[in-house]
Amino acid sequence: MREIHVDQIISAVERLCIDANVKLPEDVKAALNRALEKETSPLGKEILSDIIKNYQIAEEKDLAICQDTGFAVFFVKLGQDVRIVGGNFSDAINEGVRRGYKNGYLRKSIVNDPLIYRKNTGDNTPAIIHLEMVPGDKIHITFAPKGGGSENMSALRMLKPADGVEGVKKFVLETVRQAGPNPCPPIVVGVGIGGTIEVATLIAKKALLRPIGEHHPMPEIAKLEKELLEEVNKLGIGPQGFGGKTTALAVNIETFPAHIASLPVAINIQCHVARHMEIEI
Amino acid sequence: MIKHITTPLTPETINSLQAGDKVLISGIIYSARDAAHKRLFEMIKKGEKLPIQLEGQIIYYVGPCPAKPGTVIGSAGPTTSGRMDAYTPLLLEKGLKGMIGKGFRSKEVVDAIVKNEAVYFGAIGGAGALLADSIKSSKIVAFDDLGPEAIYEFKVENFPAIVIIDKYGNDLYKIGVEKYREI
Repeated sequence: MREIHVDQIISAVERLCIDANVKLPEDVKAALNRALEKETSPLGKEILSDIIKNYQIAEEKDLAICQDTGFAVFFVKLGQDVRIVGGNFSDAINEGVRRGYKNGYLRKSIVNDPLIYRKNTGDNTPAIIHLEMVPGDKIHITFAPKGGGSENMSALRMLKPADGVEGVKKFVLETVRQAGPNPCPPIVVGVGIGGTIEVATLIAKKALLRPIGEHHPMPEIAKLEKELLEEVNKLGIGPQGFGGKTTALAVNIETFPAHIASLPVAINIQCHVARHMEIEI
Repeated sequence: MIKHITTPLTPETINSLQAGDKVLISGIIYSARDAAHKRLFEMIKKGEKLPIQLEGQIIYYVGPCPAKPGTVIGSAGPTTSGRMDAYTPLLLEKGLKGMIGKGFRSKEVVDAIVKNEAVYFGAIGGAGALLADSIKSSKIVAFDDLGPEAIYEFKVENFPAIVIIDKYGNDLYKIGVEKYREI
């Protein structure tokens, strides 16, 4: 057994919270720059170059790229030969969030109760922690802060198996069209197909972590990703919804086996500030 | 062409603005988002005195990041306007003339914009670091307890925005998308 002290987790999480909110992943930067070259709408081009200028300013001045520094979502792969000492694992993640959001001057966006009181918790906790046990003696933590505006435009539908590929396409196009300008396009579309309702939504979110330009290992699904991206970009929504060719930077699909009766499809929409960062302890 | 406009908004300024116009806003604007809107709405309903004067003013739908020491404000981009739709017509009736946000508005809001001769501006969502540059001073003027949802008074200089819905009811989201739509 390898012992890992909670203090190590706390400081790694604090760093992740700050860095991921300030620095956009390289694949997203590259996709935005490619979109700027391809966009034909003059206003769309201006918007894209301001979006590029924005992530540059954020990095130079060590500022949050977007003021919505999100719900603190973590994907943790915990090696089964790790023994955590000095405290409780989820307390450590939450303490890291608390410190990161305070010391990084990030916005605290979480209310304690969704319906009745809606009082801000003041430290951006609780974090959402998706934990997976894996072989080995390391902890791998991916942090993906998720903004409310794009999350609100996400959707889930239980399709019939007979709806097939066309049914999935229709649902994706309908969801993106209805979202329009609200999720701050250009967007990344994460699609989760299969499993039960909670698995479909979880893999839709995981799809957002895949680098832009990488495709699903199944050639049929990879083809569907490319076709969907092309069709989404024909909707005309464009940067910020003001019209143009760049509505999405990528459509990433993740799949999971399904019940003989089911074809669950979840769509998780991500704005152009597609933040995520990982660390291994 | 970029139009320079100042707050409070005059009828002449509002008359001159059309969907798709690029503007640079200077003067005082107020932040308010979900929780602050709910309170303003309830105060109006109860006939209480509001903590800010709405006549001719612009409300910016934003919940900024905290300011780092020595700076005016943290990142401060727009939030989705549609969540304020339930409260907006009443604020427009009380004299509010401009809103800065992003995203669709309801039919009720568009109708209230036309009826009350107001304007809906868009700022670039997700460009909070860039937009913070045009905020020159900032202070909380109401609802301190709401944290990022408190009402801030911002002095802005050349704050970049685009007219989405003008007082005539034209909507850039419809006009722009129609031009580029292929399916």
